[in-house]
Amino acid sequence: MIRRRITVTRVILAIILLGGLVITVRRFALGLGAVTNLSDSTPWGLWVGFDVISGVALASGGFTMAFLAHISGDHQLRPLARPAILTALIGYLLVVMSLIYDLGLPWHMLNVVLNPNIHSVMFEVAWCVMLYTMVLFLEFLPSVFERFRAERWRRWLHAAAVPLYVLGIVLSTLHQSSLGSLYLIAPGKLHPLWYTEMLPLMFFLSALVIGMAMVMVEASLSARFLQHRLPMDALARLGQYLLFVVLLYVAFRVQDLTYRGVWDRVLDGSYESTFFVVENLLFLIALPILLHPGWRRRPATLISAGYLLVIAVVMHRLDVTFVGMRRATGAAYVPTLEEFWISLFLVTCGALVFGLAARTLPVFERGDGHAHDDAHADAGGAGRHRLA
Amino acid sequence: MHGCRHANDLPIPAPDATPPEELDGDNFTAVLPHEDDDAGTVYFRRLCMHCADPACVSACPVHALAKRDDGAVVYDRDLCIGCRYCFVACPFHVPTYTWTRTAPVVRKCFLCAHRLDAGQIPGCAAACPTGATVFGPRDVLLHLAREQIAAHPDRYVDHILGEHEAGGTDVLMIASIPFADLGIWTDVIERPLPELTWMVQEKIPYVIGTGGLLLGGLYWVINRRMRLGREGGEES
Ligand code: SF4
Repeated sequence: MIRRRITVTRVILAIILLGGLVITVRRFALGLGAVTNLSDSTPWGLWVGFDVISGVALASGGFTMAFLAHISGDHQLRPLARPAILTALIGYLLVVMSLIYDLGLPWHMLNVVLNPNIHSVMFEVAWCVMLYTMVLFLEFLPSVFERFRAERWRRWLHAAAVPLYVLGIVLSTLHQSSLGSLYLIAPGKLHPLWYTEMLPLMFFLSALVIGMAMVMVEASLSARFLQHRLPMDALARLGQYLLFVVLLYVAFRVQDLTYRGVWDRVLDGSYESTFFVVENLLFLIALPILLHPGWRRRPATLISAGYLLVIAVVMHRLDVTFVGMRRATGAAYVPTLEEFWISLFLVTCGALVFGLAARTLPVFERGDGHAHDDAHADAGGAGRHRLA
Repeated sequence: MHGCRHANDLPIPAPDATPPEELDGDNFTAVLPHEDDDAGTVYFRRLCMHCADPACVSACPVHALAKRDDGAVVYDRDLCIGCRYCFVACPFHVPTYTWTRTAPVVRKCFLCAHRLDAGQIPGCAAACPTGATVFGPRDVLLHLAREQIAAHPDRYVDHILGEHEAGGTDVLMIASIPFADLGIWTDVIERPLPELTWMVQEKIPYVIGTGGLLLGGLYWVINRRMRLGREGGEES
C-alpha cells in the first residue's frame, strides 16, 4: 500500500521533471517568445511575478527567523530557525534559476557586477539577492559541518554567525523593500490602489508576514511528509509576532488609503477593486485567528492562518505585477502552460532538495547545546530524526 | 516611416501591407490615425520621446541604455541582460523586444544616433516632405512650436507635448486636438521619473549603516543581559 502510493508520487514527480527539462530545452533553443505569452505590453509575466517577486518574499523566513531567534534572542524560536534558513537558501537559489529562465540574455548577467548603475532599483535587487544568497549559504554551512563532524570549521563559522545574521537582515530589508520600489518609477501605470510612495514599506512588512507564515506552513508540511513533530510551542509564540506584523501591515494599509484619499476606489466595483478587496480580506480573515489565544495554540487553526497569509501576500505581489498594471498596458496576459510548468518544475526541484537536505543534514535539531524549552528536542548526534 | 526604415535597416513591408498599429521590433516609429468626434481623422506619431531624464536609463541596471549629450537615448546590446525593467519604467510605452529570437534585444528609436555621428539628421526628419517632423536643438524647436501655435491658434491646441511631461523630453509634439483625447500619454506626470526611485535608493547607505549598528547593538545588549542573568544564578 505504502509502496504503491510512493510509486504514484514518483511517477508524477518524474512527469513534472521530464516536462520541465523538455520546456527548458525549448526555452533556450527557441527563445522566450516560443514558450511564454510575454509581449511588449506584458514584459513581466509569471516568472517575474511569481518565481522572482513572490519567490523572494516566500523565502523571507530566513532573515525573519534569524532576527527573532538569533538577534533578539528569543530562544524558544530556535528550533524553527534552521529549517527557515534552509528554505531561504533553496528559495533564493530558485530565484536565481528563474532569473536565468526569464532574462533575455542571462549570459550577460555578470554585467550587473561589472557595469552597475546605482540609480537602478534592479541593480539593488540583483546585488542584494546575489550577496544574500552567499550569506545564506554561510549561515547554513554549520549544519553541513556538524553532519561531517568538522568541529574546527564549525567553530570558525560560529564566530562569524552574528555578523552574518546582521548582514543577512540588512540585505533582506533592502531588497525586500526594493521589490516594491521597482514600481515607484511607474506612477502612471500602476493602479492607484497599489501605487503609493509607501510601496517599499508595504513590501517589507508583507515580506515579514509571509516569512513567518511560510515557517508555519513548512513546519506543518515537514511534520506531514518528513514525520517530524510539530514544534507547537515555538509556532504559537511565532504566532504572536506574526499577529503584531499583520496588525502593522493592516494599519499602514488603512492609513495609506486614507491619506491618499482612495477609499472610494476600493469599492468601485472595478476589476482592480475586486482583486484588491479579496487580497486584503485574506489578511483580515487571518487576524482573528491570530488574536484568539486558543486558536493560536491549536495547530489546525494556526496553520490555516499561515496558509491564508501566504496566499494573501503572494496575491498582493501578483496584483501589483499583473492586475494593477493591466489597465495601463491595455493587454490581458494569461501565462502559457509552459510558464506554469516551469514554475511548478522549479518549486518541485526545491521541495526535493529540501527533503533530501532535511533527511541527511541536522536541520531539524540544534547541536550547539543551547537550551530551549522544547522538552523533546534532544540535541544529539547528527542526522537523527525524532519521529512523531 | 520609410525614412526610418531605410535609416535603420528595418524590413520594408509590401506596399499593400496593413500599416502597423503599434511600435514593434521592426517599427521604431508609427503614424497612427485617431478618429476624433470633431476634428475627424487625426494622425499622430509614436516614437521614443528621448526624455531629458529618461526613466529607462535610470532603470537599466547595467547602463545598456544611455543618454547621449546630443539627446539620443541609445542602447548597447552587449551590456543588456534582458531584464526588461525599462519596459516597466518608460511612461510612453516605447521599448519593444525581439521576443522570438534566442538572443533577444531591445528595439526602439535611437534618434538615428549613427546618422548623427555621421553629421546627418535622423531618417524621419530627413524624409519628411512637409516639415511636420523637424530636427534641431531643443530650444529652437520649442521656439518654433510656440511660434506655430501663436500663428495658427485655430489649428493647434496650446500644449507642447514633451515640454514638461516626464520632466521634459527632447522630442516635442503639437497637435490640433488635446493630447488627452488621443487616449494615450494621459498618465505621464511632470516630474522626472528617476527622482521617484532615487529618493529611495539614495537612502541605502544609511539603511546599511544604521541597520547594522542597531542590530549589532541589539544583539550585544540582549546577549549581555542574558549572560549576566545566567551568571547571576540560572534564572531562566
Ligand atoms: S520615451 Fe521611454 S524609451 Fe524613450 S527615453 Fe523616455 S523612458 Fe526611455
